[in-house]
Amino acid sequence: MTTLKPFVAALAQRGLQAVVVALVVGLISFAMMSALPGDAAYKIAAGRYGYDMMDSAAAEAVRAELGLDRHWSAQLYSWLSALAHLDLGRSLVYGTPVIDEIRTQLGYTLLLAAGAVVASVLIAVPVGVAAGLRPDGIVDRVSLAISVFFRAIPAFALGVVLVLVFAVQLDLFPVAGFRGIEHLVLPSLTLGLGLAAVSNRVVRDSVQEAMRSEWRLFARTKGLSARLTVTRHVLRNASLPVVTYVGVQMAYLIEGVVIVESVFAWPGIGHALVHAIFGRDIAMVQGTALTLGLLYVALNLMIDLTCRGIDPRTRAA
Amino acid sequence: MTDQTASDSLTGVKRHWPRISPARLTGFVLLLALALAAAMGPDLVGQDPAKQSLLDARQLPSGAHLLGTDHLGRDMAARLLSGAQLSLSLAVFSVVTAAIPGTLLGVFAAWSGGWTDRLLTSFADAVLALPGLLLVLMLAAISPGSWWALYVGISLTLWVEYFRYTRQRSRVVLAEPAVEASRMLGFSPGLIIRRHLVPEIGPGLLTVAAFGAAAAVTAVAALGFISVGVRPPTAEWGVMMSELLPYWREAPFLILQPIACLVLTVLALHLSVGGLLKR
Repeated sequence: MTTLKPFVAALAQRGLQAVVVALVVGLISFAMMSALPGDAAYKIAAGRYGYDMMDSAAAEAVRAELGLDRHWSAQLYSWLSALAHLDLGRSLVYGTPVIDEIRTQLGYTLLLAAGAVVASVLIAVPVGVAAGLRPDGIVDRVSLAISVFFRAIPAFALGVVLVLVFAVQLDLFPVAGFRGIEHLVLPSLTLGLGLAAVSNRVVRDSVQEAMRSEWRLFARTKGLSARLTVTRHVLRNASLPVVTYVGVQMAYLIEGVVIVESVFAWPGIGHALVHAIFGRDIAMVQGTALTLGLLYVALNLMIDLTCRGIDPRTRAA
Repeated sequence: MTDQTASDSLTGVKRHWPRISPARLTGFVLLLALALAAAMGPDLVGQDPAKQSLLDARQLPSGAHLLGTDHLGRDMAARLLSGAQLSLSLAVFSVVTAAIPGTLLGVFAAWSGGWTDRLLTSFADAVLALPGLLLVLMLAAISPGSWWALYVGISLTLWVEYFRYTRQRSRVVLAEPAVEASRMLGFSPGLIIRRHLVPEIGPGLLTVAAFGAAAAVTAVAALGFISVGVRPPTAEWGVMMSELLPYWREAPFLILQPIACLVLTVLALHLSVGGLLKR
């Protein structure tokens, strides 16, 4: 029972964050709706029935149905209460329920996010461990310089450069879209390099710290080989700050997904969000932004729980 | 160096004077050059960034056009400089706008403690419940293409970092015995903040500012690139990238120019405060 309490606390804290996300997204979407030029009733009617099939009677029907003639505060209330009932409405452009669109897009976004994290781990862990085992060695110095450089390249610029080099000049990978697993390589690498640019230094620092620790010295003096102290003790202890740090990087990951999906025309939620903003499709903007926000919260919760799994000390607390 | 720190801590005031490493010096020099170029703007090359001339489209660098011309025959150098003006001024404005309330509220929260502290911290957490760029993206969508939306959105996300840093550091500093002594001696809060707090958190705030400015420059370009931020024909690095992308085969040197400017600016900002920071 005692172990359940911090678990519930973490859950409650992230639950609260999810509510705040929904509120912020709902308010901004409503503001976006109010800021639209022209008459919203006509726009929605046109979205539903097509520009040719729409007349002023249809617009008035929409106005009465959605209550667009009411005071703005009443409209805001019904807007938010629809959101509270998880009613995301229909796309103003396609007329399909927003939730259906998101259901297909979410899979692609999760695939890309997972690809990015895998790519970053595959790069950051070997580089960081190699650098951390020999601080100020050649690997450490070179990886620092490269990290500073990759930290400075924004994800979308890196994406464009990778496309120019690997897809266009070398013709190794497809440029954009999604038709097979090879399409995953460049977008994942773009995001993964950005993540790894910082996380490999975190790996390096925590490995270095673990190597200098007293318990590691004790493990050596009691007769464990250097290799065993590293594989059994150093890496596990060093992994905790790294996993915590991956949590910090989730903001970068979600932001990166939005931008990188647009660069690579990846059929995910971020691309849909940008597309919807461009097309003033506010129901879609709200739905996709909400999904991305909740994804951010869910990933953070996962990190919280993973830390608990790695380090027994945090469980007792 | 160690002797210096030891004697400083005896007086209760720790000074962290930044040591200038070669990397930081490079950053400073780059930053200064960029700031000067941005201050001069397109006048530096004497060309109009908006003047089209389709007959001169996509030219290689020459005496008349130092960095060549884009797909509409506009002078690349003038456009890049005009973009630098836009990005750097927006970054400076947002960083300053965010820094003032951020640091003041941070000190206030740490000083007051209790409910005030809890309330302000929850508010800061609520602002960044959504990832920062997502918030800026949505705010920019309320009034597309406007400079103000970007400015407000970026400032709104940046102040949180100042608040968190200042609050966290101030709590530590204000709990030090030296501060307690100053309080018991009856020194005013203003003096305590000036003598104990400012020397302690000043250099760290510079780092927060530099990384904030880098994030602002990146955000403006990213939103410009995906056609949600600044709109063409404004010369902005992200917009230029999306405009020049279709011409990569005929003129790869064109698209690489705004990318290089962007990377150099961010790199200069990062290096000037010591390179790499955990985000």
